[in-house]
Amino acid sequence: MSFRTSLLIARGLAALALVSGLLAAPAFANEGGAVDHAPINMGDKASLQRGARTFANYCQNCHSAQYLRYSKLTEIGLSEDEIKSNLMFASEKIGDTMTVALDKAEAKQWFGVVPPDLSVEARVRGADWLYTYLRTFYKDPSRPTGWNNLAYPNVGMPHVLYELQGVQKLEEVKPAAEAGEGKGEGEKKEAGTEHHKKLVLAVPGKMTALEYDQFTADLVNYLVWMAEPARATRVQIGVLVIFFLTLTFFLMLALKKEFWKDIH
Amino acid sequence: MSDSTSDHGRRRLLIGASSLLGAAAVGAVATPFVMSMLPSARAKAAGAPVEVDVSKVEAGMMLTSEWRGQPVWVVNRTPEMIEQLGKNASRLRDPQSENTDQQPEYCKNTSRSRAEHPNLLVVVGICTHLGCSPQDRMKAGNAAGMGDDWPGGFFCPCHGSKFDMAARVFQGVPAPYNMRIPPHMYLPSGRLLVGADENTKGA
Amino acid sequence: MSTLTKVVGWVDDRFPLTSTWKAHISEYYAPKNFNFWYYFGSLAMLVLVLQLVTGIFLTMNYKPDARFAFASVEYIMRDVNFGWLIRYMHSTGASMFFVVVYLHMCRGLMYGSYRKPRELVWIVGMAIYLCLMGEAFMGYLLPWGQMSYWGAQVIISLFDAISPPLALWIRGDYVVSDATLNRFFAFHVIALPLVLVGLVLVHIIALHEVGSNNPDGIDIKKNKDSKTGIPLDGIPFHPYYTVKDLVGVSVFLAIFSAVVFFAPEMGGYFLEANNFIPADPMKTPPHIAPVWYFTPFYAILRAIPQKQMGVVAMGAAVAIFLALPWLDRGIVRSIRYRGGLYKTFFGIFIVSFLILGYMGTQDPNLWYVNPVSRVCAFLYFMFFLAMPIYTKLDKTRQVPDRVTA
Repeated sequence: MSFRTSLLIARGLAALALVSGLLAAPAFANEGGAVDHAPINMGDKASLQRGARTFANYCQNCHSAQYLRYSKLTEIGLSEDEIKSNLMFASEKIGDTMTVALDKAEAKQWFGVVPPDLSVEARVRGADWLYTYLRTFYKDPSRPTGWNNLAYPNVGMPHVLYELQGVQKLEEVKPAAEAGEGKGEGEKKEAGTEHHKKLVLAVPGKMTALEYDQFTADLVNYLVWMAEPARATRVQIGVLVIFFLTLTFFLMLALKKEFWKDIH
Repeated sequence: MSDSTSDHGRRRLLIGASSLLGAAAVGAVATPFVMSMLPSARAKAAGAPVEVDVSKVEAGMMLTSEWRGQPVWVVNRTPEMIEQLGKNASRLRDPQSENTDQQPEYCKNTSRSRAEHPNLLVVVGICTHLGCSPQDRMKAGNAAGMGDDWPGGFFCPCHGSKFDMAARVFQGVPAPYNMRIPPHMYLPSGRLLVGADENTKGA
Repeated sequence: MSTLTKVVGWVDDRFPLTSTWKAHISEYYAPKNFNFWYYFGSLAMLVLVLQLVTGIFLTMNYKPDARFAFASVEYIMRDVNFGWLIRYMHSTGASMFFVVVYLHMCRGLMYGSYRKPRELVWIVGMAIYLCLMGEAFMGYLLPWGQMSYWGAQVIISLFDAISPPLALWIRGDYVVSDATLNRFFAFHVIALPLVLVGLVLVHIIALHEVGSNNPDGIDIKKNKDSKTGIPLDGIPFHPYYTVKDLVGVSVFLAIFSAVVFFAPEMGGYFLEANNFIPADPMKTPPHIAPVWYFTPFYAILRAIPQKQMGVVAMGAAVAIFLALPWLDRGIVRSIRYRGGLYKTFFGIFIVSFLILGYMGTQDPNLWYVNPVSRVCAFLYFMFFLAMPIYTKLDKTRQVPDRVTA
């Protein structure tokens, strides 16, 4: 192998590393098993708005989003009046951040942990994990809250959305009896045992499985938006910048060739 | 570059185009850095319009509130004070409030106030000379050591600038302009909103 | 005489403006056969400037206080106009700095740029690299996320192995704390950047004293034009290499921008997911690893079961580069004219370094991580320790008198 060939290979490897880095699914900070793919679309403003409402109604009782200002929600297509009347407490101002009144010491007593701020949670966990987490709560009498979760074993949070989803139970199934189960339920292989555990809906909720999936997808979509509101702008500017630099490259190349004509 | 043998048009054209593109690039890169030094979303939120209850300010008294970190005075002038304003003109630098930067259009009048409450003066309590906050010398005459002909107004302790009861600057003092009237409006509830009016969007 | 000429003349009487420009730019004669690998010197300068400028603007809004540091970074990302862009440029710039510097060092290895008379250029370059590592390590604490915190905790604890009071002195507390954050901020934003800029100047002055090496490893000063005294294979740096480097700059900026605008986390390698959790001194994240540019050395540290020896090995892995000019006994500089023996050792070294880098990111409990790291660490050191032998035994080819195209 000549040195030039090895050089070419080295450059190829570098390009490959770059491309794979750009395309790679980010590595998130999760333990535990496989996750479902979250069907989210950041460009879908209606979905983001539904997610924002869900966040205000169900999450924000305990979880703050202390780095996000209400006024930022205008970027997902809500007007200031809509934000004020639907999402804010009366005493708050549009420029305020999304805080909670929950007392931290009390919360620690109730749940064992202080409910974390969710401003950047999606950048820690990733959309897929959040989507799986919100759909895999099940009844577990051994837990203080009565709830457990497949994505987050022994989680401190109770299932606040159970009225919508219904109550799931974790049932042990022999591998043979596995086929032909319903859709939309999480599944986890327990290492070291030969049987599977499977979530089954024991008490139906207000929503069908499909509706609940859509509902949680909207919420996850919103959480991802909230973790980096600048994202849409970032990509837009990026396209312009790359276009400009491509132009620059060809001009610089022409300039270089023009000067290097002299060199023999 | 000029010492090379092939100093022809193509080279000059390429250098020109590259310089143009380079200048555009420098400008484009500088923009976010320059913009980052403007007030952030937090500073803007903190500088949002403020509501003030003006119902308890008695005639001849003033109240100081805060907007964008600056003192904003609300002065409830007595009929005598208002009457005196018309007589000050000859001693003032800009009696007709011609400088449009110093007040909204609706305050370009002798009392520099909105038509709904001509007795109320709403003004940023900052001297237009070098940014000190003037003091209350609202009593006319020599009561505050301002001389017998003092018509009542405000006095800046830093460099001796004087303003009348409509915050208009007197002649012969360092301050160049009348004090600034912020955009403001009266809400249906009767409360005063400082920092926004019908022309600016929302509250 | 134009006004400009007059002004320049006035300055020249008082300051060596024109002569400096000539000596280092317009009449600095560089070999005409620079290839792809010669872009990375100027690119490193570019990244240094980017880091300094973005760093200054970040300092305007960042708060080096354990209570506010994490929030101030989110404040920059959300509330400051274009703060997200400045922050991503800085975080991407940190990683790209190492990409560029590693490629620049690789060039030095391949073409023997460390050899006589360029030993000082190489040593000063290594000092820059060390300084850069310190800069990156201290800068990584500033966002005050979980990886910042525990990464600093782990690395500072290495100094325990040397002397426990030393670790205490570095932290200024019994754990990594506000005191540590505040002093790292001081080092990161002023002390080390000053040293870095100074070292870069020295690096360039030393280089221009002895002249640039080239892919053939030929001394171009041996063949000078008898009349002008200009090397026959040399061309003025400006305009030839300035326009050539501009091509490199536009390609580099396109790659850099692709990361900044489309993948600022770069799959978790440039910005780690766990660092979006505020630092919690009570809870270590389950799997911590340093940022990718430290992982080859981190893997060597972990590969050795005894703490003191691990620290020594890690330090030696970096420091041994300093000895290169004296370890290499070969007749030729460039890899182009070396024999198969050197090429084999060099290839194994590069592959070991990459594998070590990968192993450093992996969970040490995986069965293969430590054995593979040990083998690679051994091969890594063999490249240096066996160098006096294999470079002497190596069958080199005849180096031409003049550079090849």
